[in-house]
Amino acid sequence: MRPSGSGARGRMLAAMLACVGLAAVLSVCLGARDVTLADISAALAGRVDTIAQAAVATRLPRTLLAGLAGAALGLAGAAMQGITRNPLADPGLLGVNAGAALAVVIGIAWAGIESPAAYLWVAVAGAGVTAVAVYAVASLGAGGATPLKLALAGAAVTATLASFTTAVILPRGDIGGLVQSWLLGGVGGATYAQILPVLPALGLGALVVLASGARLNLLAMGEDIAAGLGERVALARAVSAAGAILLCGAVTAVCGPIGFVGLVVPHACRGLLGTDYRWVLPGSALAGATLLMGADVLGRLLARPDELDVAVVTAFLGAPVFIWIVRRRRVAAL
Amino acid sequence: MSATATPAAPPLRGLRRAQAARRRRFFALAGALLLAGVALTLMAGQSFTPPLTVLRVLAGADVPGAGFTVLELRLPRAVVSVLAGLCFGLGGAAFQLLLRNPLASPDIIGISAGASAAAVFSIVVLGLSGATVSGIAVLAALGIAVAIWGLSWRDGVTGARLILVGIGLAAMAQSFTAFTLSRAPSWSLQEAMRWMTGSVNGAQLDQALPLLAALLVFGSALLARSGDLEALRMGDDMAAGLGLRPGRARAGVVIAAVGLVAGATAMVGPVAFVAFLSGPIAARLTGRDGPLLVPAALIGACLMLFGDFAGQHLLPARYPVGIVTGVLGAPYLVWLIVRTNRAGGGL
Repeated sequence: MRPSGSGARGRMLAAMLACVGLAAVLSVCLGARDVTLADISAALAGRVDTIAQAAVATRLPRTLLAGLAGAALGLAGAAMQGITRNPLADPGLLGVNAGAALAVVIGIAWAGIESPAAYLWVAVAGAGVTAVAVYAVASLGAGGATPLKLALAGAAVTATLASFTTAVILPRGDIGGLVQSWLLGGVGGATYAQILPVLPALGLGALVVLASGARLNLLAMGEDIAAGLGERVALARAVSAAGAILLCGAVTAVCGPIGFVGLVVPHACRGLLGTDYRWVLPGSALAGATLLMGADVLGRLLARPDELDVAVVTAFLGAPVFIWIVRRRRVAAL
Repeated sequence: MSATATPAAPPLRGLRRAQAARRRRFFALAGALLLAGVALTLMAGQSFTPPLTVLRVLAGADVPGAGFTVLELRLPRAVVSVLAGLCFGLGGAAFQLLLRNPLASPDIIGISAGASAAAVFSIVVLGLSGATVSGIAVLAALGIAVAIWGLSWRDGVTGARLILVGIGLAAMAQSFTAFTLSRAPSWSLQEAMRWMTGSVNGAQLDQALPLLAALLVFGSALLARSGDLEALRMGDDMAAGLGLRPGRARAGVVIAAVGLVAGATAMVGPVAFVAFLSGPIAARLTGRDGPLLVPAALIGACLMLFGDFAGQHLLPARYPVGIVTGVLGAPYLVWLIVRTNRAGGGL
């Protein structure tokens, strides 16, 4: 069933790339307002004379952001599942996005940060601290970081961080509305000015994670074998984790916390491409982009003329997949 | 479970006596704490009301200045906190006992989140209020409970799978709640707080009625089944041997516990971790053996009262009770994760 030759895998990646293109086209064409082909081509040429053209013009940065964020979350999820050897790892479920969100909220409320670039570094720092804390809690005790312990530690940390986030916002009526809508997690209202500052971080994180495919393959064989093969296990984990944290911190800084993309996508990719991380990682980036752009389009179509925030859509698409993964595995494997 | 026919040996009798004394001490302590919590809630506020004045107001005297504050602002708050705490404590402990796992508490496996989502939907979208909201919340929470059970069933239900399935469903329900609130026509942060974290801010005495109804109906149903619960704890075979039908007994306990938790959630929101913490605290204080439901209910009420007091008066800003209990509960959850696995239990 799973393709083994690199030719078949290459064709699969090409098909996934085509899906990304298709999702991008749909994301530009579909929305609360019906637009004609002429409007679209005019807007692509930079004209915003009519409402329809203006609508298309706002969809362009939004589509770009959804694609980038989806690719980043897919990559981060695949890397996290590889690092923790855990099928339930996801930046949202492990609390990493919540940590980034708390850090940004604290930065806005107490330090008065306003620029997207500042959001970025604060978010990355918050994501890093949380990821280390969750992994440390889950690794304590016998048995190491089992999937159940990681999921529970993530849920516990998320609940605590959410309480702290609320505690920070509550006395600050002036920023409450702004922060609360950002906390829902969405790509609506995206502008190029928001996207530009996080591009270097996304690029660097993606490079680090994509380059770690071979190391993740070794880790997948088990720590002992990886160490026996000359891999420095702790270093390999730390480097890949840093890349993944950079990715989710950057995405959360712009979009707010978006869950389940990083969970669903690597599972789908392993089904399509096999278990070799050198293929799963780029596949996860493409599938993540497709999924998030598709979820965004779905959110716009389902609630017309209003729209659903994309994190709501991914939660409703992703939670059933999460449950399916839990059901499929034997308890011993959990 | 051999019927200990041998005349109780002295050490055993001594143990029993120590256990009974421990329980008496617990009830005295919990009762005193509960009274202290109510007294604090009635006395403290923007201005301090002396205890004698509070008593005179409660006795019906017309005290200018204090009458309104105590009767209209603080009394409802205390009553609603106590009732909701009793409901959360009872329901949470019942779940934990039934599933023999402290992590299988309704606020972790998504029952509270489901009730809250249903309450928000019926208030924001359907424009309902009062007992109808409670009814819908109870039904939705039952639906979630059935869904969790069904989805985690595979040649039987195991604790780990049930908890993980619950976490997944909770994520969906929370996301739905957040979204519905953000689209509410009269969106206020205070209202949102209630439904995301739980709060007794602006409590009214007429909220106490649905709470009291839930407590009387489902609470008495649960306490009437505490014998079944004890039997189920020993395993299905043992329960069947005692003449019980395990499926029916379990369904009865689940319905009562869900009713309690959902009824309370419909009024004060999903107050984080009260249901989760009450049972284990009560077990620690009363000793492992012996009925746990009533002690857990008392602890739940104390948690609500003192959590609310701390949120109102001990912190730099005023925070709803759910924030305080949320921050309190998480370290315990972390400790539980670490400890359970050290004990080697597959959870």
